[in-house]
Amino acid sequence: MAAPVLPSDPIEPPAVATPRTADWTKPAAMAIPKEGYFKLERGRYGPLYPRTPACHGFTLIAKIKPGREEAIRAHGKTIEKAVADMPDALASLKLHYLRWVLFDIGKETYFMYQGIFDTDFDRYTEDAVALFTKYGINTVFENLEGFPEDWKTNPPSFSKFVAEHQCPSFLEYGEYPYVTADEIKKALKLKAAFSAMLDLMQ
Amino acid sequence: MLEFDDIQHFLITRPPALAARYEFLTFRESVAGRAWLTGILDKVGTAKAVGSSQPDARWVTVAFTWSGLRALGIDEASLATFPEEFRQGMAARAEILGTTGANHPDHWVGGLASSDLHAIVVLFARDVTQRERSKKEHEKFLVQRAGVEVLSALDLEAIPPFNYVHEHFGYHDRLSQPVIEGCGVEPTPGSAPPIKPGEFFLGYLDETGLQPPLPEPQILTRNGSYLAYFRLQEHVGRFRDFLREHGNTPEEQELVAAKLMGRWRSGAPLVLAPEQDDPDLGRDMQRNNNFDYGKMDPYGYACPLGAHIRRMNPRDTAPNMQRRKMIRRGGTYGPPLPEGAPEDGVERGIAAFIGCASLVRQFEFAMNVWVNDPNFHELGNERDPIFGTQDGTFDMTIPKRPIRKKMKGLPAFTSVRGGAYFFLPGMSALRYLASLTSGR
Repeated sequence: MAAPVLPSDPIEPPAVATPRTADWTKPAAMAIPKEGYFKLERGRYGPLYPRTPACHGFTLIAKIKPGREEAIRAHGKTIEKAVADMPDALASLKLHYLRWVLFDIGKETYFMYQGIFDTDFDRYTEDAVALFTKYGINTVFENLEGFPEDWKTNPPSFSKFVAEHQCPSFLEYGEYPYVTADEIKKALKLKAAFSAMLDLMQ
Repeated sequence: MLEFDDIQHFLITRPPALAARYEFLTFRESVAGRAWLTGILDKVGTAKAVGSSQPDARWVTVAFTWSGLRALGIDEASLATFPEEFRQGMAARAEILGTTGANHPDHWVGGLASSDLHAIVVLFARDVTQRERSKKEHEKFLVQRAGVEVLSALDLEAIPPFNYVHEHFGYHDRLSQPVIEGCGVEPTPGSAPPIKPGEFFLGYLDETGLQPPLPEPQILTRNGSYLAYFRLQEHVGRFRDFLREHGNTPEEQELVAAKLMGRWRSGAPLVLAPEQDDPDLGRDMQRNNNFDYGKMDPYGYACPLGAHIRRMNPRDTAPNMQRRKMIRRGGTYGPPLPEGAPEDGVERGIAAFIGCASLVRQFEFAMNVWVNDPNFHELGNERDPIFGTQDGTFDMTIPKRPIRKKMKGLPAFTSVRGGAYFFLPGMSALRYLASLTSGR
């Protein structure tokens, strides 16, 4: 699908501040070139995509194998249970949000896996694969057309699948730009502790 | 389970060698390359034969680049089955590894960035005298085999004092090493449990419980490993100036050195000795690796989050650590710079190998994610202070109560002068290579 293409014209750097200078008090939007990046930087498995006001993420879109729709839907319950049993199960992925969607185009059904997270996927692809195996998330992918059979022993094949099915955004918006999930949780914890302290001082 | 009589000794045991010579070879003709290999085969050390009980330390190790395998006569179809990063070679992966700027392959020496680099032969020796003898023997041997040339060479030797292993900055080394399951060695307290052989050798189960696919042909790749080699110059004068700049007394300077590394130069880890050096602890292998970060030092008040050893082994603060282990080998080169002497401009440093079963997953991950990512541990603008590509624009945070200390604009204490990816074949593989008949 959306394989990264080298741009022919020079690319304008983003008009929005980059994470080092970002101001979380002001919502920000970032328009992104078609390739998904401003300047091609190679990671171990593919191009690196820049951090945006909506952090890092991917949108994977893949056709499902015929007749597998119910099997994929059943994974909703699998993940729900895994996280209920162990809330920290997906911690190493540094996720903000996940959305899994099934939709039809004509007579064919597609699966969309959208994730918003704080790590560059190229850096943590093997940790993600290890996690997927551990919690049975891998079996969703096995219902998708073109998913490599040797993915368990061959991490590059998994990353190649992701790179080939990734559809980069051309616009991302963040209400509190660049802020990581860890920072948000820290701030909420501090707020709760501070409130408790004020109560004690009554 | 491990075939010790087939696997080369290099990643399993160390010969009692205080000196070595690395020769980087090119094969002008396949026939000559194979004849050289045939002649050297009986000197190659296996894991079974080499050990500290062996009085004769003159063992040899041989390994080949991807273009070296082609030069010896491996066919194109088989060559295409090797992993992408090995086929590209370390020089082509500079951006991914972070060896850019002054560390870029354009500045490398010894012909290491060239596709003419086909092989490395490591001549181990008990001491410098023996090394010089081995060098002459190999020289004579090469003269008899026109068609094999030495692109460059590097002489290594331990530097005084000889009672402990250390490099030119003075840090005690080899304190934390992975243990391979099935080698009969117990990990020291605090070290990770033994690692499955497939993390280091091809043809064995790895930490996924499965066996990764072998490149073709299997006779060539079974019992082999990949090696990432690099020659790291150490700018000792600059390092000592930095310590003096940031510490008024010798004790303060030792602390600065410790904060950069994560251990005092004695080897004592900061997590166990946060304020004062403890040389007895440094020397005690039963205690000097017995610590973690997540429980014992989560904020880095003892060992800074970006210190070298914390980056190279995040212990309990990173997932999947059993898949991130690597075996280190190598030694020092160049004359020591005496304490108090000004920088003399003579090149000195360490030449090291990282051994693993997957360069992209193990070595390149460490370089890309732990060493040279400025946002490692969300630090924002920091690379590894000892090994990262420093250009004067990166910082180092020393967490402290009440206010952290930030050292801005770290100088480059090291420079990468060369590097390469090699494949380290087993003995059957070497015999197979020597017996090929294709090529020129």
